Amino acid sequence: MRAEDTSGTRDPARMLLMLLLAPALLWLAALILLPHVELGSLSLRARVAPRVYEPSLAQFRTFIDEPLYWHTFVRTAVISILATATTLLLAFPIAWTIAKIARGRTRSLLFVLCLIPFWVSETVRTLGWMILLRESGVLPALLVRLGLTPAPVELLYHDATILVGLVYTSMLFMVVPLISALESLDDSLIEAAYDLGGNGWSILRTIVIPHAAPGIVAGCIVVFMLTLGNYLTPTLLGGKNSQWFTEQIYTQFITRFNWEQGAAFGFLLLGLSTLIVWLGLKLSGQRFGEVMQQS
Amino acid sequence: MTATSGTATSAAPPDLQAEGLSKRFGDFRAVDDLSFSVERGSFFSILGPSGCGKTTLLRIIAGFLSPDTGEVRIGGKTMQGVPPNKRPVNMVFQHLALFPMMSVGENVGYGLSRRGVARDEIKRRVGDMLERVSLPSAQDKRVDQLSGGQKQRVAIARSLVLEPTLLLLDEPLGALDLKLRDHMKIELKQLQAAFGTTFVYITHDQSEALVLSDRVAVMNQGRFEQIGTPQDLYYAPQTPFVAGFVGANNAVQGRATQINGDRVTLASEKGLVISARAMGTVRVGDAVQAFVRPEVASLSRSAAPFTDAGLPHYQARIDSLLFDGANSAVLLHEEHSGTEFRIALPQTGHLSDLVVDESVSFGFDPQLAVCFAAGNEHAS
Repeated sequence: MRAEDTSGTRDPARMLLMLLLAPALLWLAALILLPHVELGSLSLRARVAPRVYEPSLAQFRTFIDEPLYWHTFVRTAVISILATATTLLLAFPIAWTIAKIARGRTRSLLFVLCLIPFWVSETVRTLGWMILLRESGVLPALLVRLGLTPAPVELLYHDATILVGLVYTSMLFMVVPLISALESLDDSLIEAAYDLGGNGWSILRTIVIPHAAPGIVAGCIVVFMLTLGNYLTPTLLGGKNSQWFTEQIYTQFITRFNWEQGAAFGFLLLGLSTLIVWLGLKLSGQRFGEVMQQS
Repeated sequence: MTATSGTATSAAPPDLQAEGLSKRFGDFRAVDDLSFSVERGSFFSILGPSGCGKTTLLRIIAGFLSPDTGEVRIGGKTMQGVPPNKRPVNMVFQHLALFPMMSVGENVGYGLSRRGVARDEIKRRVGDMLERVSLPSAQDKRVDQLSGGQKQRVAIARSLVLEPTLLLLDEPLGALDLKLRDHMKIELKQLQAAFGTTFVYITHDQSEALVLSDRVAVMNQGRFEQIGTPQDLYYAPQTPFVAGFVGANNAVQGRATQINGDRVTLASEKGLVISARAMGTVRVGDAVQAFVRPEVASLSRSAAPFTDAGLPHYQARIDSLLFDGANSAVLLHEEHSGTEFRIALPQTGHLSDLVVDESVSFGFDPQLAVCFAAGNEHAS
């Protein structure tokens, strides 16, 4: 009797919870789970005749046998890691200034300055970079006028250009978790360390970075994933030579209409990002749940 | 025992000397032309209400702020341009500021490892220090596993392990609950006695200052009102501010009507006439302020004890009874003038049967009450 009563009062609360969760669950199921299941099955079959398929690992074998593919794969990973590290190095002083030094209006102004680029679509932003960097663009002309180069140089289509574009696109996603991590650091800890004989570098190493580690790792994960999966920036700024793995996926799906190969590449990229994030967490001694609370 | 601690020479300079220290923030004088010195091995407190500039003063001594004018000398050496990490001074912060990312042992060893002391040596000295503050097995504990009092001891150990000339303490008991605070007060005093390090302690809690200190400076609006032993401050306050701030006091404003030696008689606007001992110069006709401590006045159901002793006495009616064990008191108002007084109840339990609205007599020895010429800038 009594048990029925309590379940009776609990049911509406449960219903409400399910209702509130429904959109998120639907989103997860329809847009993430289902496509991945479909892609998974696509990647593990081979076409033997029109409309006839059989289970196979042919796609993954192609990846291993064809040097261009895994070369692109490794290259994408390395540049993404490099871009993440550069973003961290550039974002840290900015986050420190916003979290610890700036006060009141300056602080919100600085934050808005970080945000402003994101009011423009990524395409337009990247095209902006192209206007600045192309051979007939603003920066090469400036270099000629300053007498630094005899003739305009092509600044587009280098690896460094891709890096610049990726860092620029990712900055905000690093700055935000860093700010929240640094804000929660009690200033008196820094003063105490200084009082006990620490100097700037040792305090950064022993107090600030250990405290901000979850924020740093959170920012790095977000930036790394965004960079690894970025298509537009490497394609536009790197041109034909960019050799970004998402381009290979695009080519397989759209140009070659080889969905099986594209799906296999997609899963390889997923595996790669998972592996690198896992390695990053292991190396920094952080736990995923803790880190995600920071971001 | 070691060469570093053997600095006791015959004519040792005071551990801390300040000369003409000033610090302004805009128009606000946080510290206003302060000069003082603190003797080696003593416990010196700076007592003042919040916003009186005591934290600014402490931060100047620690080196986190530089004074606009004046100079700090520690152990006889000028600290002009010496950053906090190079001063022979350590600080215990208000919320202790223990490093949560480190173990207790690492916290205590932090300063030593910054000095480049060898790892084994650090381990030994940290162990010794933790034993001296009665936390012998806490090396590997996390900071959040400690109780409030243990954290306090770790914070002090972390500073004292560096054998500083001076230990600064910024209201370290402020965040503790009352019971623990009373306990830690005693512990702090014992620690200071055991280590013999000079302590400079700032607080707004007069009881902490009185219990702990060898000497106390009462600070108000960037200046020291009085520097003296706790007994001096309590029994012979030099300014109305000190009389009002240190310990409980009944204040009566009025005009001096008669002066007899150091005895001033004053009449309040409402018509109360009392006598008190003059502190500083008081002339007839001056606006004056007198202070009578609750325990200086005594209560009686009849006027006889006062007339027998030849003391002035007043009729009063009880407004409320404040029972608090040994600190019990009554609030009453004098019947003619309506002036309110707080008077301590005898600790013997005598008069514990008083009731509200009862009519009683009270009186006090005028020699034990103090009177100042009022109208000074510090009247509070």
